[in-house]
Amino acid sequence: MKPHKLPDSSGHFGKFGGKYVIETLMPALKELEQVYEEARNDPQFKKDLDYYLKHYVGRPTSLYFAERLSEHLGGAKIYLKREDLTHTGAHKINNTIGSALLAKRMGKKRVIAETGAGQHGVATATAASLFGLECEVFMGEEDMRRQALNVFRMRLLGATVTPVTGGTRTLKDATSEAIRNWITTVESTHYIIGSVVGPHPYPMIVRDFQKVIGEESTEQIMEAEGRLPDVCVACVGGGSNSMGLFYPFLENEEVRLVGVEAAGLGVDTNKHGASLTKGSPGVLHGMMSYLLHDEDGQVTEAHSISAGLDYPGVGCEHSHLKETGRAQYVPITDAQAMEGFKLLSQLEGIIPALESAHAIAHVMEMAPTMKKDEVILVCLSGRGDKDVNQVADMMGVSL
Amino acid sequence: MSRIDDRFKSLNGNKALVAFFTAGDPDLSASKDIFLVIEKSGADIIEIGVPFSDPLADGPVIQASAHRSLQNGTTLKKIIELVKDIRSESQLPIVLMSSFNPIFVYGQQAFVEDAVNAGVDGVIIPDLPPEEAGEFLGFANKNNLDMIFLLAPTSTPDRIQMVGEASKGFIYYVSLTGTTGTKEALAKNLEEKVSAIKSKVKLPVLVGFGISGPEQAKEAGQCSDGVIIGSAIVKLIESHSDPVERNQKIAEFISGIRAALN
Repeated sequence: MKPHKLPDSSGHFGKFGGKYVIETLMPALKELEQVYEEARNDPQFKKDLDYYLKHYVGRPTSLYFAERLSEHLGGAKIYLKREDLTHTGAHKINNTIGSALLAKRMGKKRVIAETGAGQHGVATATAASLFGLECEVFMGEEDMRRQALNVFRMRLLGATVTPVTGGTRTLKDATSEAIRNWITTVESTHYIIGSVVGPHPYPMIVRDFQKVIGEESTEQIMEAEGRLPDVCVACVGGGSNSMGLFYPFLENEEVRLVGVEAAGLGVDTNKHGASLTKGSPGVLHGMMSYLLHDEDGQVTEAHSISAGLDYPGVGCEHSHLKETGRAQYVPITDAQAMEGFKLLSQLEGIIPALESAHAIAHVMEMAPTMKKDEVILVCLSGRGDKDVNQVADMMGVSL
Repeated sequence: MSRIDDRFKSLNGNKALVAFFTAGDPDLSASKDIFLVIEKSGADIIEIGVPFSDPLADGPVIQASAHRSLQNGTTLKKIIELVKDIRSESQLPIVLMSSFNPIFVYGQQAFVEDAVNAGVDGVIIPDLPPEEAGEFLGFANKNNLDMIFLLAPTSTPDRIQMVGEASKGFIYYVSLTGTTGTKEALAKNLEEKVSAIKSKVKLPVLVGFGISGPEQAKEAGQCSDGVIIGSAIVKLIESHSDPVERNQKIAEFISGIRAALN
């Protein structure tokens, strides 16, 4: 079976994916599957989505040739897919606009979301405000501290931000709490998951709403270079920007796909978020996928400088792509990401999100080993304004 | 005929009382005492909870209990040893309730064989619906381990049929859309929902989630085959550090529920 045909009718990508949830949610997942199937075959839905993506989100985003970065690294030509230029400043909005339209279609008046860095929370609050939906965002207490600006933005947009105090008080626990809230409110509420994770049909729906990244990139790189890139690179936390970029390229086997995971303090420490590099298959948050867990099946803490990559699981389609060898996954440490963050700021005048800085850092390693006529396409998933305070802190600068 | 089936048969139409507590909270040797106290006080089946780091179907009380248990180093292996130990003194049906990941990591076949050898009669895995349970059911059915599936207020008629056919021992009816320990009056449509299930499913239907005292137990028992109580017991364990006092409180509580059901 070719990858683009997945998931299968039971929601699996090979052995990964599925619907590992309590019975209470099973009917809602079935309903979502049906509504989504109808919506994607409905020209009006596509028209509405395209309208908002164009006039509200600001698509298509540009594909920018990073000439000075390419020259500095002295190898391949580097193109940046500028998701940082979307409304709200990250790719997350592609999914939340589509999902909010689905919520409306289902007649649900309330949406909930989990958030790590706050980008998905902001994007959900934005879509909720746009479509007049009630919105509650679950966020780990630790992340609320790291991303205070985004907390304030969500509240300005009219959302309720609920602190999550369980566990490590980061994205994993925020996701658990959002699922618990959904179990309680499922009849009135649509859960907008922020990444290609969770029970079927979520990984498929989020991928489909994000694949616009790869579709636009294909056209744009053809226009710029007259051919497809040699490599696509994107960071992977849950993995939605990378899945969105990779998906349209899956069938073009000559295009290498590289996902960049958070290595935190190093993959040989216990402080990282590299589930594909160091984890093993397991079940968390409704799906089977690679997972960081111990020999008793207890989920272990992830760590990353970037709140958006600080997650012990990963999207199930990525697990499948790893197992089939169609994509490679590499780790980048906190320190390397900081170098990427600084370099892109200084050479291109673009301050990347710390998540995206991981992808840049890998490009710094990869580009010099490639020929000058080779092409790397990187997803710059978000802008770094939200991270400026944290980076200043780490550089010992008080603002 | 499993030990669970036998128990329901011997009830002769009386209502079943199923009690839940988390293994290893406050510690594994206390778990054995708690088990025996609950048995003596009139429970028909005991559910032993396997702690998980991220229990999605649980409210704050059982989450905190799982956390304490994990801090104490409780593992699935040790819980299976606990069951073995309990079996030397008790023949009451034992059901393990666990999230899927600890079982998946243990190895599904190894888990089923070890659990059955230790004396486990059934399992409840809330995040393993019939759609994903094919492999596990193969091992469970081969080894006569009852897999008890859940139904919920949101379950559609075709799901009731499907879950009813896959389940063994009894049906765990989640009385409300929510997590364990949710404090609310019993759902108004409980009777209607339970009878809809009973019209399609031959197994006993037990009501759990949100039943915290004798009055709710009595009411839920009237329209079903019995009740499952968890968070209320776990709360007693949490709030009484003195073992004698704790066991006495649990005994009083279980006897009270038993009396309300009879």
